[in-house]
Amino acid sequence: MSTGILPPISARRRRTDRLMSGLFYAATGIALVPLLLIIGYLIKEGASQFSAAFFTTDPTGNFAGDIGGIRSAVLGTIEMVAIATLISVPIGIAVAIWLVEYGKRSKPAAIIRYLIDVMTGVPSVVFGLFIYVSLVETGIGGSGFAAWKGSVAISLLMLPIVARSSEVVLDLVPNGLRESALALGAPRWRVIATVVLPTALPGLITGSLLAVARGAGETAPLLFTVQAAMGINFNLSERMNSLPLEIFNDVQSSNPAVVTRAWGAALTLVLLVLAITLLARIVAGRSRLKP
Amino acid sequence: MLERSPMARLPDQALRWILTALSFGILLLLVYFFGKLSLESVDVFQHQGILSFAFSNDWNPSQSQFGGLALLFGSVATALIALVIGVPIAVATAVFIVELCPSRLRSPLTILVELLAAVPSVVYGLWGVFFLIPRLRPFEQWAADTFSFLPWVGGPVAGPSYFIAGLILAIMIIPVVSAISREVISTVPTDHKEAALALGATRWEMIRTAILPYSRSGISGAAMLGLGRALGETIAVTLVIGNAAVIGHQIFDQGYSLAAVIANEFGEASAVPLYSSALFACGLLLFIVTLVVNGLARYIVSLGDIERRVERARRSERKSAAAPGGAA
Repeated sequence: MSTGILPPISARRRRTDRLMSGLFYAATGIALVPLLLIIGYLIKEGASQFSAAFFTTDPTGNFAGDIGGIRSAVLGTIEMVAIATLISVPIGIAVAIWLVEYGKRSKPAAIIRYLIDVMTGVPSVVFGLFIYVSLVETGIGGSGFAAWKGSVAISLLMLPIVARSSEVVLDLVPNGLRESALALGAPRWRVIATVVLPTALPGLITGSLLAVARGAGETAPLLFTVQAAMGINFNLSERMNSLPLEIFNDVQSSNPAVVTRAWGAALTLVLLVLAITLLARIVAGRSRLKP
Repeated sequence: MLERSPMARLPDQALRWILTALSFGILLLLVYFFGKLSLESVDVFQHQGILSFAFSNDWNPSQSQFGGLALLFGSVATALIALVIGVPIAVATAVFIVELCPSRLRSPLTILVELLAAVPSVVYGLWGVFFLIPRLRPFEQWAADTFSFLPWVGGPVAGPSYFIAGLILAIMIIPVVSAISREVISTVPTDHKEAALALGATRWEMIRTAILPYSRSGISGAAMLGLGRALGETIAVTLVIGNAAVIGHQIFDQGYSLAAVIANEFGEASAVPLYSSALFACGLLLFIVTLVVNGLARYIVSLGDIERRVERARRSERKSAAAPGGAA
């Protein structure tokens, strides 16, 4: 017996409710299936490749016989992404500081925010083309394809991510902190350097790490700016190998052994990116600034 | 008394100018970027005509014919397939995470969905080529035969196809669409939800009548951002779309996309000025299309922001009117 004010929910409505809840459950499951499939298949195909030789030899470029490992690709990726980080993180954070501390809600700041959004939406392949025409074709630095040009292309991609996430974090720094420091007579630059930045540090690191994770996996811009090389190379104005390009080239090979190497390289790349992403999450968890 | 000496003010001003200069460096960079790409595309536009470049269907570089309609078609078709598959799943995931799932599952699920964004696009391509294409082929053939009465379905199934590319793009846009939808859905005022429940709505009816209408513009904006992402995606699409410069008759046919043509033909094109100019024009077209789509997306999201702001203002007004002496 139902004595409430509300009429009882009819069987049809109850059924619809159950059905829809079930669909929401199912959709979430479906969204996670590809992740499991990809990781599972990567481990199945790639883990068998992992050996000391795989990480300590360079790809030889031979079609048959000894095809070599991926040492130069791993080192190349780390090197190029490190340089891209050195370019994009300081500039990105600087732009964010300007937006939060000086630009605020002014018209110029709105324009810069809009441009950063525009930059986020530019496909990475278009950035690659841009660096190709402006740096590679013109032979700046005495060579065509060069590792540092790839780094510049990746940094263009990372810059808006760093700037956007840093702005959000800097915005969360309580104004009371800034005002107390200013009231004590600190000049603006000291307020920024000793109060705002240290408070926001974990958030800034998280944003930068996520940008690094994104940059490390990018293939398209490298295609037009670095191209691949076989051996190890520390000269930044030469071609350099990288994991994404190694995978891209290996996939298109007709030799099954080379394709298997692509799986090993892909697993390495995914582990690298996942490690950076998880690190970013851990740092974020330590931050006291919560949105 | 509290005045600083001019020397002491110097670092402050220097910092301010350096930061301003860096910020406006972005403006210069993007203007230069756009100018440079346009300049490089001029050759092919003069050779072919801008309209003919975008809207004629004859991509045949060896004959110096650069009609990019098939490429544009491929980009749009794969992106639309991605939206049709990806957006409902992403939005449902967002609703589930915010409203339905037990609270201790909330953050693990969020992280798992976001991990989809951490997989590099070349890895998606690799997985598509060696896992998805061979394993889905029998199902695709079955679907093509069974549903051949639908438009754009039916006929022999090619391995790499618009459908496979769209499916991979759908997986790739789920994290971004889901993240924005989640944010939007979590801003739905509790009053609205409780009001719906208090009127006797079931949970689904509450979602349908309180949450979805309120988040409509935010979700459409998220879908548009996903569209922008899907249009610009390069490497994964290059590996699974088949790279044939024709307009397919059905979703299981091979095709091409603007981004894929750049990645795939760049090597051969760099020696032929007109050819490489055509690829730059593809890049320019892609840039403009994504610019328009992203701009539209932000506009739609901001519409929702305005509604929300109005709502918030109205509520605080009511609150202050209700408070003793607040109406004064």
